[in-house]
Amino acid sequence: MMMTARDLAFGYRGTLVGEGVTLAVEAARVLCLMGPNGCGKTTLFRTLLGLLPPLAGRLELHGRPVMEFSRSEFARHVAYVPQAGSSYFPFSVTEVVTMARASRIGAFATPSAHDREIAQGALERLGLQHLASRPFTEISGGERQMTLIARALAQEAELVVMDEPTASLDFGNQAKVLDCINELRGSGLAIVLSTHDPGHAFACADSVALMKRGRIICEGTPQAAVTPETLRNLYGVEIAVEFMRGAGRNICAPALGRFRKE
Amino acid sequence: MSKGEALSGIGKQGRAARLRGVVPPVLLLIVVVLALFAGKYDVSPSDMALVVWSRLTGTPSGLDSTVETVVWNVRLPRVLAGLLVGASLAAAGAVYQGLFRNPLVSPDILGVSAGASLGAVGGIFFSLPVLAIQSMAFAGGLVAVALVYLVGSAVRGRDPILVLVLAGVAIGALLGACISLLKVLADPYNQLPAITFWLLGSLASITRADAFSILPAVLLGLAPMVLLRWRMNLMTLDEEEARALGMETGRLRLLLVAAATLMTAAAVSVSGIIGWVGLVMPHIARGLVGPDFGRLLPASLMLGGGYLVGVDALARTVAQIEVPLGILTAVIGAPFFLWLLASGRRGWQ
Repeated sequence: MMMTARDLAFGYRGTLVGEGVTLAVEAARVLCLMGPNGCGKTTLFRTLLGLLPPLAGRLELHGRPVMEFSRSEFARHVAYVPQAGSSYFPFSVTEVVTMARASRIGAFATPSAHDREIAQGALERLGLQHLASRPFTEISGGERQMTLIARALAQEAELVVMDEPTASLDFGNQAKVLDCINELRGSGLAIVLSTHDPGHAFACADSVALMKRGRIICEGTPQAAVTPETLRNLYGVEIAVEFMRGAGRNICAPALGRFRKE
Repeated sequence: MSKGEALSGIGKQGRAARLRGVVPPVLLLIVVVLALFAGKYDVSPSDMALVVWSRLTGTPSGLDSTVETVVWNVRLPRVLAGLLVGASLAAAGAVYQGLFRNPLVSPDILGVSAGASLGAVGGIFFSLPVLAIQSMAFAGGLVAVALVYLVGSAVRGRDPILVLVLAGVAIGALLGACISLLKVLADPYNQLPAITFWLLGSLASITRADAFSILPAVLLGLAPMVLLRWRMNLMTLDEEEARALGMETGRLRLLLVAAATLMTAAAVSVSGIIGWVGLVMPHIARGLVGPDFGRLLPASLMLGGGYLVGVDALARTVAQIEVPLGILTAVIGAPFFLWLLASGRRGWQ
């Protein structure tokens, strides 16, 4: 078991956002977290990343409390793929990916040839070599998302936490990112991600956790946890979950107008 | 793109950036040479070389002592001080702009200039000797930023950067009020002109001792910037992103703010308040060599130093009287900056 949360309560100093969260993250598995806006997903992610101290319960990485790790030690195990990545200055894609090496080199060091090779390798693995010298501020949203995934690879962590990796991407880029997630799982990485499309659970997740008002209300395989009933409970609307032959998996879509049952 | 270039991430743009990287040192060299010869007293190049040579080797130059004084006691100290002050302001600006993720930030965002001003104005008000005024300016700058930092870290649970900036604005306003009070109370015939002159900045009365006295503080501030030049790049990311990459952002920010504040306080303690250099020069440097701090820092140092030496040369040649530097840097810097913005090609670079 790589990361475990037991009866975890999380939130900000003095403000409880959620509690009673029990999760297990394993190598070569994808855990998908879903829930309506404001249910506490982002706060839970910040806690899992060791950026917020747990308010109660246990959160352990390899059996050791997360808050005992130094930032750089933690970053060697766990990588974070933010939604868009902050880019205020026009660093090149290579420079952005090379930043992943911060946790592996001395405080006063600059990246070595070895670090640059690893960054280049991560770019090549995701087919992004052609972007290497482009400014991160000038590439498309999909390219940025892939660059941030490449950065997580260059960090050489075992667990990657992705905050809505498909948010605001077009259909093609969503497919690319989902394919990429499956490939990373295949290579042995543990992945925790959040999404707003329940169909994505069927596309890449091994287990799904549904979150409502700071609590996990349902957890299990996509087949068991993502049903019209659980989704109605979660989002308060009628959602159809049906197998689509052409895609080879279940697809979810909200029922509208006369298809709504009430 | 060759394999080697692909590895280091240097493509066509990288080569162009490298070419543009030659601009700062070349400009610096030209400006320094011009500044050494600019002034009311004409010095020939051979006399200039002779004076420097004789001073360095200790052999008599055989020249008129006026020439020696002009070169050795007036022009060289001013050029040296201009280099130090301009380079310090620009380096501090480059650090602050990165830390605050905002290309429009200047080194006085955390109140270092306001604190230094209050220190100096207080020194002038109590008719202290020059050295004491400089020390009070230096200490005032450091204390003001320390105060801002303490207030900023006392407020928790918000974006630390935003809290720092807001604390800087509030404490800056408070210090400004104190300065205004002292100006009202000051003797309008002796003290007020001195205060006004200090607040506008000048290198007119600078001595070689002044230039050397700030050198340790400048170097001490520069050291962490050079050592942390690569980590500085990560400090421009969002707080959480940087921490998730393994950065102890709180500690690094404190160290870098301390370094930038030390440099700025040292610079303004001998020159008075000189605006715009720390805002515009890092901005131009970034346009020339890109945002990587390892290249941005030297480019900012050279552009900042060169710019101030050049402006100071103008200050002592354009008019019958010495024009305060703060006026010139704003008159030249602000329109140039507007032009940069209007040409807009490079965006927020």
